Amino acid sequence: MQASRLPRYVDICVIPILNLLTALFVAGIIIAIIGENPFTALSVMLKGAFVYKGGLGYTLFYTTNFIFTGLAVAVAFHAMLFNIGGEGQAAMGGLGIGLVALSLGGILPVLVVIALAILGSALFGAIWGFIPGYLQAKRGSHIVITTIMFNFIASAIMVWLLAGMLMAPNQMSPETISFQNGVMLWQFHDILNRLGFDIGRSPLNLSFVLALICCFLVWLLIWRTHLGYRIRATGFSPKASTYAGYKPETIIIITMAISGALAGMMAVNEILGVQHRVILNFTSGYGFTGIAVALMGRNHPLGIIFASLLFGALFQGGAELDFEFQTITRDMVVMIQGLIILFSGALAYMFNPMLEKLFLNEERLKEPNND
Amino acid sequence: MKKKILEQKNGGQKSPFAVSLKSICKSFGPVRANDEICLNVSSGTIHGIIGENGAGKSTLMSILYGFYQPDSGDIQVDGKAAIFKQPSDAIRLGIGMVHQHFMLVPNFTALENIILGSEGKMGLKNGLQNAKLKLEELKSTYGLEVDLDNVTEDLPVGIQQRIEILKALYRGARVLILDEPTGVLTPQETDQLFEILLALKSEGVTILLITHKLHEIMAITDEVSVMRQGKMVANTLTKKTSPEWLAEQMVGRSVLVNTKYESGKVGSVALSADGIGVTDKRGFDSLKNATFDLRSGEILGIAGIAGNGQSELLSVLSGITPPSRGNFRINDKIFDSKNHCSPGLMRELGLSHVPEDRHAEGLVLPFQAFESVILGYEKNPSFGTGFFTKPEQIQAHCARLQDSFDVRPQNPTLISSQFSGGNQQKLVLSREISSAPKILLVGQPTRGVDIGAIEFIHKTLIKMRDSGCAILLVSVELEEILSLSDRILVMNSGEIMGIVSKANTTKAMLGKMMAGIPLEKAIEEKN
Repeated sequence: MQASRLPRYVDICVIPILNLLTALFVAGIIIAIIGENPFTALSVMLKGAFVYKGGLGYTLFYTTNFIFTGLAVAVAFHAMLFNIGGEGQAAMGGLGIGLVALSLGGILPVLVVIALAILGSALFGAIWGFIPGYLQAKRGSHIVITTIMFNFIASAIMVWLLAGMLMAPNQMSPETISFQNGVMLWQFHDILNRLGFDIGRSPLNLSFVLALICCFLVWLLIWRTHLGYRIRATGFSPKASTYAGYKPETIIIITMAISGALAGMMAVNEILGVQHRVILNFTSGYGFTGIAVALMGRNHPLGIIFASLLFGALFQGGAELDFEFQTITRDMVVMIQGLIILFSGALAYMFNPMLEKLFLNEERLKEPNND
Repeated sequence: MKKKILEQKNGGQKSPFAVSLKSICKSFGPVRANDEICLNVSSGTIHGIIGENGAGKSTLMSILYGFYQPDSGDIQVDGKAAIFKQPSDAIRLGIGMVHQHFMLVPNFTALENIILGSEGKMGLKNGLQNAKLKLEELKSTYGLEVDLDNVTEDLPVGIQQRIEILKALYRGARVLILDEPTGVLTPQETDQLFEILLALKSEGVTILLITHKLHEIMAITDEVSVMRQGKMVANTLTKKTSPEWLAEQMVGRSVLVNTKYESGKVGSVALSADGIGVTDKRGFDSLKNATFDLRSGEILGIAGIAGNGQSELLSVLSGITPPSRGNFRINDKIFDSKNHCSPGLMRELGLSHVPEDRHAEGLVLPFQAFESVILGYEKNPSFGTGFFTKPEQIQAHCARLQDSFDVRPQNPTLISSQFSGGNQQKLVLSREISSAPKILLVGQPTRGVDIGAIEFIHKTLIKMRDSGCAILLVSVELEEILSLSDRILVMNSGEIMGIVSKANTTKAMLGKMMAGIPLEKAIEEKN
């Protein structure tokens, strides 16, 4: 990877904001075409995401999902691995939680079960990242292909289990029985209610705190540990890594396991936080959106928190748009989200050459004698 | 018959030179890859261009077949000025290129590959039939035996190369450029290639042969040009020259600090190699039966033209690749193909390694200097505790190293790629020396390094030697080897040609050994 020649603040702040504004501009044009006022729509979105009762809670709930899947993509990316398998790893994480909660619930104390369930999600996700990592390192199977295929395998396994041996009896939907009472993460509106504050109901739960802790741990791992050093060295230069004696194969496998574990923990938010049972398709695309989140957050935990917040607000505000306007349907909202992913993900570096010209010219003007 | 066609194409206008280049310059950023290159290639001859890796041969040929455009200078084909904007312009004027790495579609048949890009209009079948007829004619004219209907990836590399040659001829090439054509061939395939080249020559085709192998130049070329560091340094008829002279021309560096250092006090054996051999993935023996002792307090220089097994030797001794045969010992520890060694273990045994390629191996270019300066040593307790690294301590360590090795700018947080070549090399050297090694392997310590830094690096190596370190110095700069080494080991084609002490040798003798003449014979010839 070539180091950017732009000042750091431009790389971190100006470019993402520029990308976001471009996306909103294009979305605004489309909203205008269908006959609505883009500014009214924007204000409805913002209010829905942050102001209306419970809106902020929903936004942060979605944010939690994006933090986990975004971190997963980012960690893999530091070793130059493109983990597209967040979706499957999260689904397997959900399975891990389900197996722990259903088999140990009632036998062990509730808090222990919760802790083991969280570990279970990380472990199952890690296994689902480990296998493609192993195949990449030892067999040369391309990580992008294998992780995509593992999404399908995970999805098939979930259908097979939830419509089969794990299916709750005497009903028709593909889901497990509910976990034992208390095997769940507390939701914020409950906690605050007991303290005497009234905020609107929302699924926001303690997983949000777990997500923030993971952000810190990932930062620690990547920039403050031997392993993180080796991961980055391997990502930038496999040859230098071999010279130093790090064994790139091992690094690839370990990194993919860590990445899978992070994606797997997304299930904690959905399953332990809200559903309290394992259902089908709870991952609903968060794994893929994690790629855009990591790109926009420049693979740094702090950037990922902000990018996740943006996508969380989009999800929640988008739902509000659908509710408020007759002409703006659910599909329209998906389109706006798609535009943002397009401009901040796929076209993330579109403005780089332009800005580079601008800034380098300016520098040259400032120091005319500096050759 | 072909000859007649060629003469007709020339339209009677005779120029003695098929190709002539005048003052060609080409720079990539600050690097002058080609500096005022002049070259005249006589029609119907085989013209060799020899030089080390990075001497600018490939750049020059890329200009000649239109892949790069020169910054300045003129190209003439058959005495007429020509401007190549893209490779198709060169092909139109009859200049064809056979690349070092073949440009073939692996799952196409030979025929499909040859006509790729000139397959005619709609309806492939007619085109294929016509092409086949034309190719059969070419095949019989030049003795290029290829079964056109075989799938390319199933064919041996020698045949794949013939396909490349046919492809160029099919497009009407009268000048063929071959870039390191024998690098991937077995000796038998090489002989067959040479026969083909001679057949081509006898039919009037002009051939430009790029290589760094001296015996090929001597075996087949009519004229030879030597390139060194982007400049054309010599131009002569092959029969008027000798491999020794060419070797000297290739490796000499005109401006090198020419200090002769005193010999050191030699101590006990620090590393002893016994019959080390390396067989690479292609089954080629790139290192054969290397046996020698390295003693503390001496610098053992490894001389040789690049690519003659020196890199493999460094790779084995530093623990990166295990030897295929033989063993080497450090203290009482023996390492061979079974008893595996790793770079980490070697460091623990007090062996440091300054790699030949500082960009790809020695540094992680996107890393900040302080991160690059602990590559391989990040677990050292003074850089952190437990699993964790302490950036502040590492930065302080880096600042100290930058100060004592005079690395400029003295900034531990600057990205490694933003230092100049000399300063990058000082960073690598400082890292490897700061662990106080007992054995130091050094590969090309001054490649692409400015004069000031060269002197500093040389003095540092001598200081290390005087403090009792055993140093193995691999360099393609003969002057550097002669200036620093106590003993000199010469390699050719993966074999050791001999080990001589500096006092008992001359540049000419080393040149002979580098050209593949063993020590005993070289001495005989001298007397």
